[in-house]
Amino acid sequence: MKKDIILSGVGGQGILTIATVIGMAALSEGYQLKQAEVHGMSQRGGDVQSHLRLSSRPIASDLIPEGTADMILSVEPLESLRYFNMLDTENGWLISSINPFKNISNYPDLEDILAEIWKLPRHVTLDADQVAKDLGSVKAANIVILGAASPYLGLKYESLENAIRNLFAKKGEAMVELNLNALKKGREMAEEKSK
Amino acid sequence: MDKLLLLGDEAIAQGAIDAGLSGVFAYPGTPSTEITEYIQGSEEAKNRKIASVWSANEKTAMETAIGMSYAGKRALVCMKHVGLNVAADAFINSAITGANGGLVVVSADDPSMHSSQNEQDSRFYGKFAQIPTLEPSNQQEAYDMTRYGFELSEKFGTPVLLRITTRLSHSRSGVERKEMLLQNNMSLPGDLKQFILLPSIARKRYDGLISKQIAFREDSENSGNIKFFDGKDKSMGIIACGIAYNYLMENFSEEEIPYPVLKIGQYPISKAQIKKLYNLVDSILVMEEGYPIIEELLRGYLDEGKPIKGRMDGTLPRVGELNPNLAGRALGKKVSTGFEIPKVTKPRPPLLCDGCSHWDSFEAINAVMKDYTPGRVFSDIGCYTLSALPPLESINSCVDMGASITMAVGATEAGLVPAVAAIGDSTFTHSGMTGLLDAVIRKVPVTVVIMDNATTAMTGGQDSAAFGKLEDIVKGLGVEEDHIRIVTPLRRLHEENVKVFKEEIAYQGVSVIITRRECVQTLSRRMKLKHAKKGLENVAQ
Ligand SMILES: Cc1ncc(C[n+]2csc(CCOP(=O)(O)OP(=O)(O)O)c2C)c(N)n1
Ligand code: SF4
Repeated sequence: MKKDIILSGVGGQGILTIATVIGMAALSEGYQLKQAEVHGMSQRGGDVQSHLRLSSRPIASDLIPEGTADMILSVEPLESLRYFNMLDTENGWLISSINPFKNISNYPDLEDILAEIWKLPRHVTLDADQVAKDLGSVKAANIVILGAASPYLGLKYESLENAIRNLFAKKGEAMVELNLNALKKGREMAEEKSK
Repeated sequence: MDKLLLLGDEAIAQGAIDAGLSGVFAYPGTPSTEITEYIQGSEEAKNRKIASVWSANEKTAMETAIGMSYAGKRALVCMKHVGLNVAADAFINSAITGANGGLVVVSADDPSMHSSQNEQDSRFYGKFAQIPTLEPSNQQEAYDMTRYGFELSEKFGTPVLLRITTRLSHSRSGVERKEMLLQNNMSLPGDLKQFILLPSIARKRYDGLISKQIAFREDSENSGNIKFFDGKDKSMGIIACGIAYNYLMENFSEEEIPYPVLKIGQYPISKAQIKKLYNLVDSILVMEEGYPIIEELLRGYLDEGKPIKGRMDGTLPRVGELNPNLAGRALGKKVSTGFEIPKVTKPRPPLLCDGCSHWDSFEAINAVMKDYTPGRVFSDIGCYTLSALPPLESINSCVDMGASITMAVGATEAGLVPAVAAIGDSTFTHSGMTGLLDAVIRKVPVTVVIMDNATTAMTGGQDSAAFGKLEDIVKGLGVEEDHIRIVTPLRRLHEENVKVFKEEIAYQGVSVIITRRECVQTLSRRMKLKHAKKGLENVAQ
């Protein structure tokens, strides 16, 4: 098993939470892991990304080689475009929300962005904000995206659930429930789309 | 023991705690900040009473650590690469005094300048000071080498430099801990004159340092931090330093590497180790993150030996961070490129946060400065440097911490009157105070705006040494009380504030305007903590 995942979004959108959940799940299944994060300047509304690498064998590089990522998992559509060069053209999946975060004056037309994503051979796009809102809080949008990615992660669904339980436990049962529902709904939608 | 999932920075911190650390001394700076923050948050460190309060700057941090080492205990100093420029006087001289308790200096380099003004290579400082330098390639080595650094430091009575780069600082992986060592008891150096660098003593100490160089090289040879792996294909040998080794190995994850490889994690390197590789192969590829230090040494002035490939001949780019693809190309491998990045993609540069007090400070400065010819606002390093970008475009300089005030002084001496310096509270206590004293002594018409957001925001909101002391410091340095003005940078107070700025910028002497409002990020974190605490109290009741 080897999965190389690019996580992308805008500072403050919770991509590190996604990374932590996947990381905890992977460790519980005995995989090795490396995760390169971006700290510093980029947190002030700039673009953020993380390289997350899971493998059953030792991992050499902290960075994923260009053109070999198994997945781009993005909580913002424009941010998903930025890493097209990282994706494996033969097998790579792109999973992204369609909810734009507009803090630049020249933000492109959403339609143009989505058209680019939909040209890719393997993609899932979803209105994660709406799904999360319907479940109770837009805060869970990142976990909806994680749910949509879950069929392609090579990890057991229960491992992700357990990781969410552990990670959100200190925030109370309601938060645990919300995020478990978000994970489930995201997964159902991805499975629906790939039918 | 279970593996911990740690950032490279955190692995260094845990390694130091486990090596019997008594104090970490540091000023924040990306990508080194998380080392000290980890120790500040560690229960074990608390129980062991490890000192971990932030220092005012890297020089005070370095000197405090030398003091702790003098008193026989183990001290760690952490900084970003440019911080070592600030600490350089103390650092270089600490090589002459030598260490008593273990003394390890971590300098985190930032190739590609993700959040820095330059990409200087700290290994040069190790060579400059002529002390052992360690360079881990992964998180486990970061842990192990930190521990080894303390051992080495006490074995040879020398400070040791540990160099990392951004990618390792901020990447997480499993780390296995080893047993926790006891801290040292206090014990002064056997020779109480050792730390007096009067020429007569310094010369002897320096002779001592020079005579240790052979032992340093021997240690590099025997420590296991330099490894040789033979390979069948002798057409090329590879030297890979620090994290570059990972990028090399990434290209051979499916097959055995055919070339002989020398993996370097400790300096100075002995001639014998280099020579062994050199004699074995027809050419050498050098992969190092940062400056081409080893490559330049190998080439020498004349570069007439076997062909050397690396950053100086274009096999690898001359500047910037390395990565697996650059390594692959240098190895002549076919590398994949993925899909093309669509043309509609637009950059998303960082911005001052919504509601940030710096917006209001610079709106006021802009309103006044539009009456003068452009090019008069000298600034400094912090969140407020983002005011260089649209829409504000307020400032004309950002060179090194503290330079706003001194550059403004220099410009007024050249006739640029009025000149304004805009500096953050933490930067002011880091390196701005002495410059303000210069301004007062020279009686120049400079207006210094100290943007007091009660924190060191740029690096994530660490405590600011200036907190609650600014007016007293400024007064103490000799600024006239009438020309120390305090305003609240808020949109609704814009007109009032502009009036104050206008008056002080027109004043023909040194004036200081403190714009005071808490960073909205630290404020919201503080409020959340307060609510969380309240919540707990309610549960308890
Ligand atoms: C010598 C040196 N040390 C550390 C840094 C990293 N650094 C850049 S700005 C900054 C803090 C700025 O704090 P402050 O002046 O209060 O401004 P703020 O970010 O809060 O607006 C730090 C620590 C640096 N660039 N140079
Ligand atoms: S972190 Fe604080 S100081 Fe920095 S831009 Fe945001 S509000 Fe302003």
